[in-house]
Amino acid sequence: MVAQVAEDAPFVGDTVLSLRSVSKHFGGVTALDDVSMELQAARVTALVGDNGAGKSTLVKCIAGAHTPDSGTLEMEGHAVVLRHPSQARSMGIEAVFQELALADHLDVVANIFLGREVRRRFGPIALLDNRAMRARAKEIIDGFSINIPSLRANVRNLSGGQRQGVAIGRAVGWGTKLIIMDEPTAALGVRETARIEQLIRSLGDRGLAVLLISHNLEQVFNVSDVIYVLRRGRLVARRETGNCTPSEIVGLITGAKEADKRD
Amino acid sequence: MQRHPALRRTGSGRSRMARRGLVARSASTGEPVDTTIRLNQGERVRAVLNSSLVALALIVLVGVFGIASPYFLTSANLFRVVQQVAVVAVLAVGQAMVIITGGIDLSEAAVVPLAAVVAAMVMNSQHSVAAGVAAGVLTGAVVGTVNGLLVTRLKLPPFIATLATFSAADGSALLLTGGQPVFNIPPAFSSFGSGGVLGIPYMTLVALLLAILMQFVLTATPFGRHVYAVGSNPLAARLAGLRNERLLGSVYVISGLMSGIGGLLLTAYVSTAQPSEALNSELDAIAAVVIGGASLFGGEGTIWGAMLGALLLAVLNNGTDLLGISTYVQTVLLGVVVAGAVAVDNVRRRARY
Repeated sequence: MVAQVAEDAPFVGDTVLSLRSVSKHFGGVTALDDVSMELQAARVTALVGDNGAGKSTLVKCIAGAHTPDSGTLEMEGHAVVLRHPSQARSMGIEAVFQELALADHLDVVANIFLGREVRRRFGPIALLDNRAMRARAKEIIDGFSINIPSLRANVRNLSGGQRQGVAIGRAVGWGTKLIIMDEPTAALGVRETARIEQLIRSLGDRGLAVLLISHNLEQVFNVSDVIYVLRRGRLVARRETGNCTPSEIVGLITGAKEADKRD
Repeated sequence: MQRHPALRRTGSGRSRMARRGLVARSASTGEPVDTTIRLNQGERVRAVLNSSLVALALIVLVGVFGIASPYFLTSANLFRVVQQVAVVAVLAVGQAMVIITGGIDLSEAAVVPLAAVVAAMVMNSQHSVAAGVAAGVLTGAVVGTVNGLLVTRLKLPPFIATLATFSAADGSALLLTGGQPVFNIPPAFSSFGSGGVLGIPYMTLVALLLAILMQFVLTATPFGRHVYAVGSNPLAARLAGLRNERLLGSVYVISGLMSGIGGLLLTAYVSTAQPSEALNSELDAIAAVVIGGASLFGGEGTIWGAMLGALLLAVLNNGTDLLGISTYVQTVLLGVVVAGAVAVDNVRRRARY
C-alpha cells in the first residue's frame, strides 16, 4: 500500500472507484442527476459545491448509506451495489465523518478498533486481545504520523485535531483503498487544520484514493489533485487542481460560470 | 514537490512521538502533548478516587457504627449485612449494565416479586425446587425481553418502557396470587437463603459470582466494550457497524435475568413469596449503581463500583437500625446519600475540565 512517490513524478493512479451516471431522488427532489466521476489511487479528489448541491448524498451513495436509483458504481472495474455501510467498508471504502463518530468514554485503541476488535478465542468465548490491538494501533498511529499523546487517552480528553486523527486512524489500515473525508477540518483551529491537511496529503501519497469534501477552497487547493464541482445535483466541471484558479472554481460553484459541455 | 519537506518533518515528529509513547507515564518534556497525558492519568486517578471515596465512606461508616453499637461488628451481624445486600447487589449488576448503555430499568423492582411468586407457585405445584428456580429465572428473562423489544422495536424511551412493564409485572404478581403471599417454600430452598459457607451467606456468594462474571464480561469481551460504546455514542456505535438494537435488547434481558435471580434469592431468604415485597428496592439498585460512579447519560460505570454502592447502602441501613433510628429517617438518609454522591462526582467531573 505504501508506494513512495518519486519527486516530480506525476502520479497517474489506477481508478479505484468510478461512478457511472448515478442519480438519486428523494420524493420529487432530484439530489443527484446523472453524476459520473472517477476516484483514483494516490490522488486526492476534492468535491466542492454549495449547500444542497448534493455532496452529502453523493458521499452517502459511495459510503453505502444510500443506494442510487440509477447508474452504477464500479470498484476496481467490477460493478458493485452497496446497500449498507458495512458492505462499502468490506470493499475498502472508509468514511471519516465529522467528530461525531467517536465514543468519548473509550480510549484511542478502543475507538480505532470499535466494531472490529481483535479477538482471542477460548472455545465458544471470545475475549478482547488488548495487547494485539495496542500494538496494531501504535503501528497505524505511528505509520500515518497521527498526532496523539497516548493510546490510552480517553477520546474526550483529546483536542479536536487529535480526535480527527483518531477518526482517520480508524479509517486507514484495514486494507483501505478509498477514504472519504466529509469536512474533516470544519471544527478545527488553524494549526490543527494544517496538521490534518498534511495527513490527508500523506494518505494520498501513500497510494490511497482520497475523496475530500470541503467548503474551504484554500484547503482544496492545498491538498487536492483533482476538483469536481457539483451544482444542483449535477456535476458541472472536473479540473486538475494545477490548471485552474480559485475564482474559476467559485464561479463554477455559484453558477456565475457556465457548466462544461458534456460529451 | 513542495510538500515533501513537510512530510519529512512529520516523519521526525513521528519518531519523537514513538519515543514519548514508550515513556508516556514518566516523561515530562513540557510539550503540549504532556498535558493530555496528565489529563489521562487524571482520568484514571478519578476512576480510582471515585470508587475509593465510596470505599472510604464505607470504612468511615463501619467505624462509626462499630463504635456506636457493640453489636455492629459481630460476625452474626456482618453475616446479616452481606446477606441483606445480596438481592440489591444482584439487581444492581443488571441495572449497571442498562445504565451504562444510557438506559434505565425501573421494572426490576416489580420483576422481583413476580419472579418470586411464579417460582414459589411452581415449586409448590411441581414439588421441584429446580422447576421453580427455572420458572423464576425465565420470568425475569421474559420481562427483560419485553423491555428490550419495547425499547428497540417500538423505540420507547427506557424510562417509559420499563415503567410500563413495572406496572404490568406488579399487577401480574397480584393477579396470580390474589394478593396473598405464597407460603410452603420447600425447606431445601429456604435453607439456601439462610445458610452459608465459611461465614459467607450462599446468597452473597451468588451475588458476588454474578458481579465478577458481569464485570469480566464488561471489561474483557467485545460485547462489554460495545455496551460502553453504545452508551457513550450510539451514532458512533452504529457507524462502526455495531448492532445497537441487539446490544440494547440484550442488556435488558440481562437485567431481567438478574431481577429473576433477585426474586429467587429474596424468596429463599424470607421463606415466603410476597406479591409486593420488593417494591422499595428499585431505588436502592439504581442508587447503588449511581453511587458507584455510573453516569445516567451512559458510557461509564462499573459493576464493582455498583457493588460498593450497594454495600454502602446496606451498612447504612443496618447501622441506623442498630442505633434505633427510625426507618423513616433512613429513607430520608438514602435520598441524602444519593444526592451527595452524585453531587461530589459532578464537582470532580467539572474540576477535570
